[in-house]
Formats: sequence, C-alpha cells, structure tokens
Amino acid sequence: MEVIFVLIGVSLVLAGGFLVLFFKAVKSGQYDDQHTPAMRILFDQKTKNKTKNKTPKKTK
Amino acid sequence: MEKTSTRFHDETRTTCFHCGELCDEEIILHDDKGFCCTGCKTVYEVLNENDLCDYYDISETPGSNRKKENSRFNRFDYLDDPEVLENLVDFKDDKNIHITFYVPLIHCASCIWLLENLHRLHDGIFYSRVDFINKKVQVKFSREKISLKHLVSLMAGIGYEPQIHLSDMVHPKKPAVDRKLVYKLAVAGFCFGNMMFFSLPEYFSEAELLGDGFRELFHYLNVLLALPVVFYSATDYFRNAWMSLKNRSVSMEVPIAIGIATLFLYSLYEIFVMGREGYLDTMGGLLFFLLVGKWYQQKTFDTLSFDRDYTSYFPIAVSRMVKDREEVIPLTKVQVGDRISVRNEELVPADSVLLDEAALIDYSFVTGEEVPVRVQKGALVYAGGRLKGSSVQLLVQKSPSQGYLTDLWNQETFNKENREDSLASLATLISGKFTLTVLLIAFGALVYWSFYDLPMGVRAFTAVLIITCPCALAMSTPFTLGNVMRIFGKRGFFLKNSQVIEKLAMVDTLVFDKTGTLTSPSKAQIHYEGEALSEETLSVLKALVNHSIHPLSNRINRWLGDIPAAKLERVEEVPGKGLKAIYKSQDVFLGAASISGMNDKTGFKSKGNKVHLLLEGVHLGTFYIESGMREGMAEMIQALGKSHSLHLLSGDQDHERAHLEEKFGPGMHMHFQQSPKDKLNQIQWLREEGKQVLMVGDGLNDSGALKAGQVGIAVTENISHFSPASDALLDGEKLRYLPAYLEFARLGRRIIKSSFGLSFAYNALGVFFAVQGLISPVFCAILMPASSISVVLFTTLATNYFARQKGMNEKPTSVWK
Repeated sequence: MEVIFVLIGVSLVLAGGFLVLFFKAVKSGQYDDQHTPAMRILFDQKTKNKTKNKTPKKTK
Repeated sequence: MEKTSTRFHDETRTTCFHCGELCDEEIILHDDKGFCCTGCKTVYEVLNENDLCDYYDISETPGSNRKKENSRFNRFDYLDDPEVLENLVDFKDDKNIHITFYVPLIHCASCIWLLENLHRLHDGIFYSRVDFINKKVQVKFSREKISLKHLVSLMAGIGYEPQIHLSDMVHPKKPAVDRKLVYKLAVAGFCFGNMMFFSLPEYFSEAELLGDGFRELFHYLNVLLALPVVFYSATDYFRNAWMSLKNRSVSMEVPIAIGIATLFLYSLYEIFVMGREGYLDTMGGLLFFLLVGKWYQQKTFDTLSFDRDYTSYFPIAVSRMVKDREEVIPLTKVQVGDRISVRNEELVPADSVLLDEAALIDYSFVTGEEVPVRVQKGALVYAGGRLKGSSVQLLVQKSPSQGYLTDLWNQETFNKENREDSLASLATLISGKFTLTVLLIAFGALVYWSFYDLPMGVRAFTAVLIITCPCALAMSTPFTLGNVMRIFGKRGFFLKNSQVIEKLAMVDTLVFDKTGTLTSPSKAQIHYEGEALSEETLSVLKALVNHSIHPLSNRINRWLGDIPAAKLERVEEVPGKGLKAIYKSQDVFLGAASISGMNDKTGFKSKGNKVHLLLEGVHLGTFYIESGMREGMAEMIQALGKSHSLHLLSGDQDHERAHLEEKFGPGMHMHFQQSPKDKLNQIQWLREEGKQVLMVGDGLNDSGALKAGQVGIAVTENISHFSPASDALLDGEKLRYLPAYLEFARLGRRIIKSSFGLSFAYNALGVFFAVQGLISPVFCAILMPASSISVVLFTTLATNYFARQKGMNEKPTSVWK
C-alpha cells in the first residue's frame, strides 16, 4: 500500500503542473482574443494571385 | 420646364470594385474594373503592385468608400514629435517600436488578412496582429527603416487609417486586462478539487482501512492545500471586509470573511489538536463557488467604452499658423491666442473666434442635430463642432480643456465614485442585519451552552459561524445580475456594470433629451410646398443632391427615392448656401433663402429647415425638413407615464410644444431652450427633491446630465461610434423597448429577493442543527455546496424564464455592426 504515498505525490505534481501551464497560457494572452484566430485560420496560404475579371454587381 | 427626353447614366448600376458602393457620379475604369473615385482606385493600385489582391477574394468589396477622404499630405506631421511618440507606443528601444492602433474600419476577414500582411508593403514592418473584436492592430517595426509617420500614412494609403485621439496622449495607457481573478479562481479550483480527493475516504471511513498514517497525511495535505486558498484566493474578501468595517458599514464581504476565517482556524484546531478531519474541503469549495460568481458577474463589453470624455474625440494635433506658415503641433501645446487652421470635416478643438467671413459648423457631435449651423465672422465657435466646407482660421479663446462643453467634465459633482448613495444595493442592505443576527445567535448559543458544557458551547459557536457563511446569499446577486446583463446585451442594451441594473429598478423619474434621442435624423419628415414637381424636375433634383454630402441634401435624396438622375452641367456647391447647376441652359438652384434672392416671407411655418428650389431665379417651391420621431416613441412615453414621472429637455425653441404635447399627452413635463448647464442643473434639482433620475440622452451636450443622473443611458445610432460617458449604451432602434427593459430590471431585483428567501431557509436549517452542536464535516460538505448550487440554479432559471415571458429572449441582435 505504500505505493499510494508515491502516487499521491505524482498526482499532486501533475495537477500542479497543469495549473502552472494554465497560468502561462493566460499570461501569454491566449484567451484575450477568442474571435480573430477563428477567422485567421481560414486564410489560404496561396502565393499565386488569381485575378477576378468580373466586377461584383450589387444593387442598392 | 420644357419636356424633352433626358439622358440617363447607363452606369448607375455599376458598383465600385473596391468599396462596393454605387458609382453614381463617375466611373473610373482601371484594369477592367470600375471604381467610384480615385481614392478607391489608388488603394487598388497599391495592393496590385504589391501582389496583395487576395484582399478582394476573401470578402467581396471589402474596402471602405474613399470619396470623403481627407487627403492633406502633412496631417501626420505631429507623429514626428518625440513627446507624442513617447505617449503612443507600447514599447520602444533603439531599434524597434511596438505600437497598437485603433482602426475602426476593420470589419471583415479581408481587413484582417491585409493588415496582417503589412510586412509585404514595407520591409521595415516585421509583425502585425489584428484583434478583430476590439478593432485593434498591433504593429512592430524597425525604426531605422520606417518612421511612425510613414507607417501611419502607409496604412491610411490602403484605407485603414488609425484613429489617434487626444485621450491616447493625456491618459496613461490602461494596464493590460486584469487577470488576477482568473488566477485566483484557478488556484481555488485546483486546491478545492484535490482537497475533495483527500477528504472523500474520510467520509466513507475508508481512511480507517488505510491506517492512521494515511489519515494524518491526508489532513496535512489538506492544510497545505488550504493555505493558498486562504492567503491568495480569499484575499479580496478579507481586504474588502476590512475596508467596509473601517468605513463603519457592513458589506456582504464581512460575514463571508468571518465565515472563512472561522472555518480555517477551527479546522486547524481540529486537525492539529483533536486529530480530526476539519472543514477545509468545504472552505475550498465555497471560495471556488464565490469566485465563479464574481467572475460571472464581471462580464464586460470590452469593445464599448462607457467612460469616454471629450479627449476621446478630439484630434491629437492641430495646425497652428505662425507668420503665415503652418506647423502641426500636438493639441496639448495649444495656447490661448494661437491662430489655428481647421479644415473640412475636422473638429474644432477649442472654443475660438472665427477669423474668416463665414463657416458652417456641424454640432451633431454636440447636440445630435446634424444640420450645420452658419457662423459669421467674429462669432464664437464651440469646441466639438465639426467644420463643413473650406478651411477657416480660428483664434483660440480658451484652452481645449476649458471650453464651454469640456468644462462640464470638470464639475466636481462628477466624482460618481464618491456618491455611492441612497441606492445601496440590496445585498449591502441585508448583509448588515444578517451579520448582526448571526453574531447574536452564535453568542446566544455560546452563553447557553457554557452553563452546561463549555467545549460544547465553543463548538456550537463556531458551527453557527461556519454554517451561516452567507455564500448562497452572496452568490444570488452576481448570478442574477450577470444573467440579466447578458440578456440585455443580446437586445442591444449594454450596461457598464451590473450595479446599473439595481439602479434601473429603482428609477422613478425619466428625463429625455429631444433631438437625436426621441427624434432621429434618419426619420426626417419632408414636406414640399409649391408648384407640382414633374418627373423631369425630380430627376434634376436627384442629380443635384447626388452631388452633395450636406445632410439636407441626403434627406431630400432619400425622400426622392430610387429614381434616375438627369444629366447636369457645371454643378457647383456653394458651401453653406446651396447647389447651383445648369440644366439645358437654364440655371437651377437648390438651397437656403439668403442666396436665392428672396426674402424668407414664408413665415407661417417657422419650424424645421427650409430648402428652396429655383429655376432661372423663379421660386418653384420649398422643402420643409423636420427631424421626425423615432418609431414607437408615443407608445413608449405613454407606457412609461403610468409608472414614472417624465421630463423632456430640449435645446430648441418651444414652437414644437403643442405638437409634442398632443403626441405624448399631458404627463410629460417639457423644458425648452436648455443649455447643457441647464440640463445638468435640472437633473440635480430633481435629485435634490429625492427623485431617482434616469437620463436618456445622446450628444455631448447631454453629457453633464447623463453623469448627474442616477443612471445615464446614451442613445446611439451605432454602438461602436460616438457616445458620451454614460452608465449604459442603447441602440437607437431599441429605445422603444425601454419600458420592457425597466420592467425586466425590476424583475431582476425581485428574483434576487426571492433567492435571498431561499438561502435564508438553508441558513435557518443549518442554524437549527448548529446551535445544538450537531454539525459534522460531512453535513457541511453536503449542505453548503448544495445551497449555493441550488440558489445559482434558481436565479439562472428564473431570469431566463422571465426573459422568455417578457419577450426579451427573442432573436439576438448583432453587436458588431
């Protein structure tokens, strides 16, 4: 049963590690802007530029 | 007018490739694409050269219209001033500068893409990141390769001109978002979870099986984990409790702090002296739930600004004339007696005297009325007016911070923080009595038991303090208010903080501003008198007003509707007077009476603005333009009149009194010809009478009144645009729902009251066992979180239920217009 002493230590260290990681994530500003990254991921990384020939028509 | 066929533009349907607006004036063809103005074409050329035309593929016509663009070449000169630079940048060293710009034009994915590809436009820029919601972009650049001024003009050149206002200069930069609460919450959650693990075996007597070694280890681990909870996560409660005791009042924090302290100390005593398990897991759980409630209430509408004063709108720099030479200096350095030059569409930064013949000043920023006022030479122009037409020179009379309007902010009455007054929140009202009762019961139990059994008395005493820790009580307010605030936000009503809800619920007097608040420029009513207008005349009119951006022209344009425009020659806008043109060798004129060569004899209808139409000097007719009421105003006023006393404040003459009285009924007290100071005094007078005043206004001239009222609601056409400092922002279209909002705020207060009842029931049950000394750690670990959670559930469900019932939950409106 003495192994439980070790396991408790390991579990506390693990959980504490996650807490530190969470602090780091908050500090880095990851949670400040939750909207822009969602849009940014949709941009294509294309380098070639295709030109549109038609003028967009919109009626007002 | 003779009847002949009119040639129409064939291209009236073509839209600009860059901005997507109709090319109704001219069409510039370039690369087989049509542009509405050279501004748009230039942006396209710049992007095309740098191979950035993906911009046009991400969203359709992502650009913004460039017709009205201010293209003065030296307008960014002030950015070379080292003092300005010092105040604007986030970070700088010898090589690099980091700066965050506010770019209000960010509105689509293309904007993000282009602004994050700034490095392709200039190799001095090595980083740019957009925050879409806040419409901000952070740029890092090398100061050897590109200057700040160059960078800003580069961004302006592609249509994303950063807005730099005086407030960026005079106010210190706000510290980064306060993340302390999140940290405290995380710590409390971590410790609570682990303490639960170590306490569970105890509850199920498993610890006995494991042996005493484990039991003690678990106890000591719990103490270890409790330390950060008490000495880090709970610090705010101790501090606030101490502050409120020092001010001789008892806030909600006092009983919480007593409860936590007793829990902690008594548990230490139990663990180290008695060798029992203590209540540390309960304490961790309570603090965790309390902090969750605090965090939930802290919902803020970050992108909206409620504390703006004039500095947020004033330009950062002005052009000063020194011996006929112009120099651009920061506004903070402007002194009385300086000659400054103000251009079309620029804001007058200080009260000054006009040195040129005449000028048109648009005070919409100040009064809400967007039709410009004509000012003659030698007259005073107030700070906050926007110049329309060609540039003028002004002689500064007062420093920018002491103008007629800006002075309103310097009033001492405005230290609202010092006025936590008659409207103390419900929780504060109750916590005083609550704490007193709890202490009485606790001491009563101690005295009673001490006759028989002193240790039992001490145990009962601490048990009462522990079990009555008013966590459910403390949680009902933040969760109810936080939820109400979210529901309001969905409906276009944004509150500065949740305390405003309780104040709203108590309001008994409503004061409305008229222009721009009850009336709306977009609801203008146009009335034409004179000779009948033929279809041809209408198309000539259309072509005329198309040429002007004057608000009256815009309104006539809207009134004319979607009709074809005639072909005119030599169209000319005489600033402040009207529009001249030649149509089939006949002079056409549309504008004010003074130029049309006729006296203003149509005195029978003196309200509103008049626009005359003349052909070859012959008067054809007159347009009467009044700003109209918003939809549903009369119904709203009548609904509110049943429960509140109503006042109307207007800067106008009282010629509309009869008309308004007929509309709103006799219940409305009307006050006309009110200066901004008068409005402020009127509110203060009402408050001295003991009224709880809600002020609803829109312009800078209401700002004093908005601040003086218990609650100030700023009505705005576009939530992210101009609004004076206020407690709440309301979308103009939603003003008519004001009675429902007020009712819902009152309901919120009632929900809090009933949840207080619920938590009192829990406390009574707890105290019943506690005075008999029958409290065990297991009992605490179950009862206390159960009461907290059930109160939270009750308030959340109740607010959502009533919201649905009152129709508040319908369709959410978009926030990011």
